[in-house]
Formats: sequence, structure tokens, C-alpha cells
Amino acid sequence: MLHLKLKNLAAAALLLLVAACGPKYNEDADLTLKGDISIDGSSTVYPITEAVAEEFRYAAPNVRTTIGVSGSGGGFKKFSRGEIDISNASRSIKEDEAKAARANGLDFIELSVAYDGLTIVVNPKNDWVKDITVAELKKMWEPAAQNKIKRWNQIRPEWPNREIHLYGAGVESGTYDYFTEAIVGTSHASRGDFTASEDDNVLVQGVAGDINALGFFGYAYYEENKDKLKAIPVDDEDASNGTGPILPSLETIKDGSYAPLSRALFLYVNSPAVKKPQVVEFMDFYFENVGQLSQEIGFIPLPDEKYKAEHQKFKDFVAKHTGNATTQRKTDSTNTSH
Amino acid sequence: MRIQERIIEGLLWLSAAITILVTAGIIWVLLSESLTFFSEVSIIDFLTDKQWTPLFADKHFGILPLVAGTMLTTAIAIAVALPIGLTIAIYLNTYAPAGFRATIKPMLEILASIPTVVYGFFALTVVTPFLQSFIPNLAGFNSLSAGMVMGIMIIPMISSLSEDAISAVPKSLREGAYGMGATKFQTAFGVLVPAASSGILVSIILAISRAVGETMLVAIAAGQQPRLTANPLVPIETITTYIVQVSLGDVPHGSLEYRTIFAAGITLFIFTFALNNISFWIRKKYQEKYD
Repeated sequence: MLHLKLKNLAAAALLLLVAACGPKYNEDADLTLKGDISIDGSSTVYPITEAVAEEFRYAAPNVRTTIGVSGSGGGFKKFSRGEIDISNASRSIKEDEAKAARANGLDFIELSVAYDGLTIVVNPKNDWVKDITVAELKKMWEPAAQNKIKRWNQIRPEWPNREIHLYGAGVESGTYDYFTEAIVGTSHASRGDFTASEDDNVLVQGVAGDINALGFFGYAYYEENKDKLKAIPVDDEDASNGTGPILPSLETIKDGSYAPLSRALFLYVNSPAVKKPQVVEFMDFYFENVGQLSQEIGFIPLPDEKYKAEHQKFKDFVAKHTGNATTQRKTDSTNTSH
Repeated sequence: MRIQERIIEGLLWLSAAITILVTAGIIWVLLSESLTFFSEVSIIDFLTDKQWTPLFADKHFGILPLVAGTMLTTAIAIAVALPIGLTIAIYLNTYAPAGFRATIKPMLEILASIPTVVYGFFALTVVTPFLQSFIPNLAGFNSLSAGMVMGIMIIPMISSLSEDAISAVPKSLREGAYGMGATKFQTAFGVLVPAASSGILVSIILAISRAVGETMLVAIAAGQQPRLTANPLVPIETITTYIVQVSLGDVPHGSLEYRTIFAAGITLFIFTFALNNISFWIRKKYQEKYD
């Protein structure tokens, strides 16, 4: 997540600069748009929404956007009570959460914004691991493995009798929560005797320089360091989403066959929120920029057509809940066709 | 005139007071935070548990893996720096022409002015791959390469201070040895080194204290995995690296996890404090002997 930190630093420096020089905004900044947008939810989606909001601050400097991080569940709780406009979510809304929202007279819409995929990597010189199952990953990462599972042949007998060196995301990262939830079954539970770092560079460096290493991090980071690492196909032993070990790639992450280490990330917007022009403007801005921004911070963007479709879905939702939006929708769609 | 004198005196007093106050403040923060820590974690566990996993589900608060990592890198560093540093000191003092010594000594001290983060990347990107070419089992992060580079880093400390100590040996001893027909080699190792041994010891202890507290180099090159081992080929974690890791991460302030860095910090402080006091005591004894 070094990228993230650098980005935050750069953003902070930029803010300081702006503060120092007095208000200087984009020439085409919309100063008439005012009001608040409140967002909460998943820590995994947070960096994407935060990146978009950061840019939006220059486009519409008088809109105040606040983004909380209460997790997908915490976000939906507030969302279904109508306390927030937008909910960041790394999973779909559950039936009882949806019911709670409807009970409060809220209609809402689910919009996919990006994909996230974790990659299991080993050193390129490692010639014994050809694939790995989720059960084996669990065996090496679960809390019970601490100080016990220390050699490759303890995981699969035909693997060599050598030490295994594990590298993974730091405990405070969303990646760690996601990985532990998908592999161990319990979020935030793993062994403690591995190299844990919030800085993905440390992990890349560690696995790239250690023949006995195995590590995990976001797919985008693997893509960037492909020449130094070897990705391992993962078998979830569930034939319903592709049989056998599956290698992470843009395709397998997008179609969900790279399970359980890939998932779609969502935004949820509710009906009272789309009556606020600043929220509609923010969402339009979101769909125009999320593709590039999500890639920059290490996620997998949806295909362009899919973004257009999701954007259209959102516009239809706006039209459904505001009377005068129909004409606006027409002009908007002519714009997008250019 | 009087007033000026007083102002200057006051300023001098103030700068002396500030250093003492800052030191006292640091000790106070370390003590108070680690006392809170030890009210939640038993000090016996802290000293005897063989695992250090305060950030994880199965929490263990045994400082031993971190101490072992620190000791391992330090031992390797001293094993590199002591023979080389001492050889350089003896060479400069006994063999090298005076003019050469005058130029080479400050040049050696340039080694000490290289930022430690540079040494860290040197260990990670140059020394480790080089070692891996004949130790295939060597991990990318390991104490061997970090310790060796740290040894190079503290060579000037040992060579410079040891050379001073050897120079301080009274001329009569050196001339006496030559008068007896001793060779340069016999004089250096039979007379000068034993006579300067306390000064050399001080240089070694100060170098150890420097190595124990070294942070960036080991944080970059030695790994971030607390492990109770004497194997120099695998990733380990030192006390300082752990403190850096937690300070840079997103561990919430004021939590038990966060306070572990103060417990680690006070352990480190006790180590370097003890080492510095020992060297101070030896130096005092040494001065009594020759003045």
C-alpha cells in the first residue's frame, strides 16, 4: 500500500500548497455546487472512493465529502437507516440489510466500480509448487499453524523438506482482512510468525529474493513485478466456478472463476441521496474517473462498456426518483456517445 | 559587560539543561508507557516467551526473538569490524608513514558519514545477491548481509578509536620494545595492543552499542519476521526494526499493540545504557593507569 501512502502524502502536500497560495482551483471548477456528501463502509473500497473524492474536490471545491471506514457491514447499517448517501462495499448487500432499508422507505442501487484480486506468489526459482489448494493455503496461514507449520513438506508431502518463509499484508490492511476471511474463514485471524508489512514493496522484495518464500498481495502489484515473481494457480476445489487450479488474470478475476481470492467492489446509493445534485454530480464524476484512478492505486478496473452500463443504470435510477431528470438524461447520453 | 557575561552564562546553562531535560523526558515517556504495558502483560512472559506476535490473533509478547535478531546482526557486525578495524588501527599506527596516516584516517571516517539507509540498500541490492551466488539458500532478507554491511559501517569507529588508544601508549613502552630488538609486528601485538587493550575495548563496546541501536540498515535488509534463531541465512527482526514497523503502520495509538514499541524501546535503552556505562567505566580506569 506504499502507493496509497505516497498518494496521501502527495495529496497532503498539494493541499498545503493550495492553502498557502489561497484558493486556486481548476478553471472549470464548479463553484455553484454546494452541500455535503456522506460516504461510509468498506476499507477496501475506501482508497478508490477517496481517490475520486480527492479529484472531485478540485472540480467542485464547495462540496464537502466525508468518507468513513466502518467496514462493509457497518456501512450498510448506516446506509439502511438513511444516515449516509453512499456506501462503499466489498460484498453485495445481504437480504436483511436490504429489508431494513426498504422498511425505512429507501430504494437503493448497486453499482460495481472495480475488481480486486489477491495473488499467491513464490520465487521464480521455486520449481516444486505448480498449484495450491485453498485447504493447503489455510493449513499454512491459519492461527494454529503458528510455530508449527514451518516446512514445505508439512503442507504437501511431495514438496521438499525446506523451510517455508511467508510474506503477507500487514494486519491493519484491508488486504489482510480479505485474505484471512477468504482463506482461513475468519477475518483478521492468521498465524503471527510471518513477514507482515503494509508496504507491498517489502513483500515483493522478500519473495523475489528468497527461494523458500510464499506471499500474497494485490493483483496489480504482481502485474507490476511479473518478471521477479511467479504466480501460483489456486484451486478452491469447487467445480461450480471453474475446475482445477486457476491462475489470476484480468479475465479470471473479472469472471469470478479465480475464487475465492477475487471479488467485485461496489458502491450503493440510496433514493434520498439522488435528490441532492451534489451526489448526482459526484457519481457522474466517479464513473468518468474511477477506471483510471482504481488502476493507479492497484485495483482492476471494469471494462469501459461496463462502466458505461453502470453509469446508465445510475442515471435511470436518478430518473426514477426525480421528476425533471428525464430531459437531463437525454443530454447526458448524447454527451457520452461522443 | 557584566550583563553580557550573565546572558552568556545563562545561555550555556540553558543548553546544558535542555539536553538533560530531553533525556529525562525520553526516559519518562519510555517508563510510563512501558509501565502501562507491563500492567497488562506479565514481565515474566515478556522475558521468557519464545514468540513475538503482538499484532496477531494468537498474541505472544516474548521479546527474546527480537533480542536474538539484534544480537545476531550485532555479532556478525563485530566479527567483521573488529579484525578489520584493529588491523587498520595497527597498520596506521605502526607501519604507515605519517603523511599517509594523516590523509587516510579522515578518509576512513567518510564511511561513517554515509547515511545508514544507503548502507541498507547496499546490503539488500548488492551484498545479498552477491552472497546468494554461492549460498543459494540465503533469503532475500537475512542477518548475514545486514550484519556484514553494518560491520563495514562501524569499521571507522573501531579503527579510529583504537588508533587513538594505541597512540596514547607512552612512548617509553614502544621505544623499550624496539630497544629490546623486537620487530614492528612483535611491538604491535606484544606491547602496544595489550597496553592499549582497555581503549580498544572501549571502541568495541561503543561499536556494539552503535550496532545494537542501528535501525534503517536492518529494517531494510534483515527482514521483518521475529524469529528466535542463530541462523544468519533467514529473515529476522531486530528491536529497532519492530519499532519502525509499528510506527509506520496503522496500529491505533494508545492500544496495547502500540505500547509494545515502548516495551521494546526500553529493552533497547537498557542495552545501550549498560554498554555505554561499561565503556565509561573502562575509560576511567584506563585514564587512571596512564596519567
